[in-house]
Amino acid sequence: MNKPTEMNHDKNIDLPYIALKVRKRILEIIYQAKGGHTGGSLSSVDILTSLYFGVLNIDTANPGKTDRDRFIMSKGHSAESLYCILAEAGFIDDALLDTYGKFNSRLAGHPTNKIPGIELNSGALGHGLPVGVGMALAARMNNSKSRTFVLMGDGEQGEGSIYEAAMAANHYKLDNLIAIIDRNHLQISGNTEEVMSLESIRSRWEAFGWHVIECDGHNFNELNHTFQSIPVVPGKPHLVIARTIKGKGVSFMENQEKWHHGVPTKEQLEIALSELDASINLLKST
Amino acid sequence: MSPIPCRQAFTNTLNELAKSDKDIVVVTSDARGSVTLTGFAQEMPDQFVEVGIAEQNAIGISAGLASCGKKTFVCGPACFFSARSLEQVKVDVAYSQNPVKIIGVSGGVSYGALGSTHHSLHDIAVMRTFPGLHIVLPCDVAQTVALTRQLVNYPYPVYVRMGRGAVPDVYKTSDPFFVIGKSITLHDGNDLTIIGTGETVFHCLEAATELEKYGVAARVIDMHTLKPLDVEAIKNAVAETRSIITVEEHSIFGGLGAAVAEIIVQYRPVQMKIIGIPDENAINGSPVEIFNHYGLTKENIVNEALKLIELTNINK
Repeated sequence: MNKPTEMNHDKNIDLPYIALKVRKRILEIIYQAKGGHTGGSLSSVDILTSLYFGVLNIDTANPGKTDRDRFIMSKGHSAESLYCILAEAGFIDDALLDTYGKFNSRLAGHPTNKIPGIELNSGALGHGLPVGVGMALAARMNNSKSRTFVLMGDGEQGEGSIYEAAMAANHYKLDNLIAIIDRNHLQISGNTEEVMSLESIRSRWEAFGWHVIECDGHNFNELNHTFQSIPVVPGKPHLVIARTIKGKGVSFMENQEKWHHGVPTKEQLEIALSELDASINLLKST
Repeated sequence: MSPIPCRQAFTNTLNELAKSDKDIVVVTSDARGSVTLTGFAQEMPDQFVEVGIAEQNAIGISAGLASCGKKTFVCGPACFFSARSLEQVKVDVAYSQNPVKIIGVSGGVSYGALGSTHHSLHDIAVMRTFPGLHIVLPCDVAQTVALTRQLVNYPYPVYVRMGRGAVPDVYKTSDPFFVIGKSITLHDGNDLTIIGTGETVFHCLEAATELEKYGVAARVIDMHTLKPLDVEAIKNAVAETRSIITVEEHSIFGGLGAAVAEIIVQYRPVQMKIIGIPDENAINGSPVEIFNHYGLTKENIVNEALKLIELTNINK
């Protein structure tokens, strides 16, 4: 396939600043909803920021345009992260976020495609990659340059359906399909290697015929460069293992499994927001 | 008896349509032989996706294709699509409203002696609870052809179940009236109503003819669409006839009988008999032997009809 030549992204957009703002919003809506998946939302923010503000060929004015790139949030429990990114990007009103967790909100606890910019209802794990294979096949059949990105959790790697899709993506040589693993090393019961060991993720996926790239999942230069350069190997599906920190950005949430779906108290929220404000100020001063 | 089974009628029709509509795509899980798709795969390889023995992936991929505008038919044994890949049907197809057409072949007890792993006697029950998923069981070749033509541009996800073997013709015309969601009254009568779906419709019709000899006028309804259910036809049957028999190649739990009963008990309760497979793993045998064993036959339907007529006469 052809590499995308032109993205409608402003090179001057300050991705670190956006990501910090989004982190604040995530914490606010989880606090307001008294529920949510805090740790995995925070670990995935930078990946989403890179995709939505630096990579994806999408149009907020026309979310259904046929040649758009597709993004599937296969780790649907990080819905808060996706919702806040969609609001920041302009797909939905920021005010809609204030309804999250409230009765009859349009925003369900896991993503639904009734919300502009969301391609698939997700939340049951292991579903995103098979659907992504279908989208990538459709793009090829339609001679479209559209690429499909699927973000999975590392704990999600236990789902067998992922490997059915991994086989098919290799069989059909889908170099327009990019899977991403948010490799934060923690799932709900603890360290991924203690719950059900995943390593070596790289050799596992390479054995399935994928080209595997590892990068720092909190470094925008690495993320943007990685996503923009794919396909590195034509004729192969690509997996990006994004090394991340669960709870990234808030000192007392980082690398703590209890923050998988921990909800901050009012005090904790205030501390977390002030930490993020301090990071924003630091960013502005440099 | 038609010389070909419904699955062959389906693929013949789809083959013809797909030649001029390049958006038609077939997905299968190593079932091209049992669905009779070998010709399609050879003639239109660019519209054919083989996923191997991986039903979850088959449904997920189909959802992805359909979400991008492909008119997607995923074809394989009903027993596997309705169990192994049930969560993909629930989430990727029904909940996400991707208009995939799930073609479950060799449904019910079609596989006969292969046993309960290969029977799908639960499929209507589970599929019926997914909001937004439509369900159709065609009864013969002519209806299957008409259904296939309608499915191509039908905007909703649909689960279709058809059998494995050739079946007798219910419709004597090659172009019968058929609209998804509209049942068909095949035989008029006001004494009682017999409702069938899929392959049992033929036996219901035969029973009605036999009942004429007893002076009983039975109404026969072909309830090919289980969802959305033709509620009006059921209400009319309750208002105009005295009792209801349902006949299905499915568990007596959760299928056609249950769907009809749900309407009747909340509208105007009447005597009812649900004929189907009881709560047990079906006995070993050929499909015909299994139908005979559980009374999915003209004789048993007649017997049950006469019992209901007697009962409703006493209660009158």
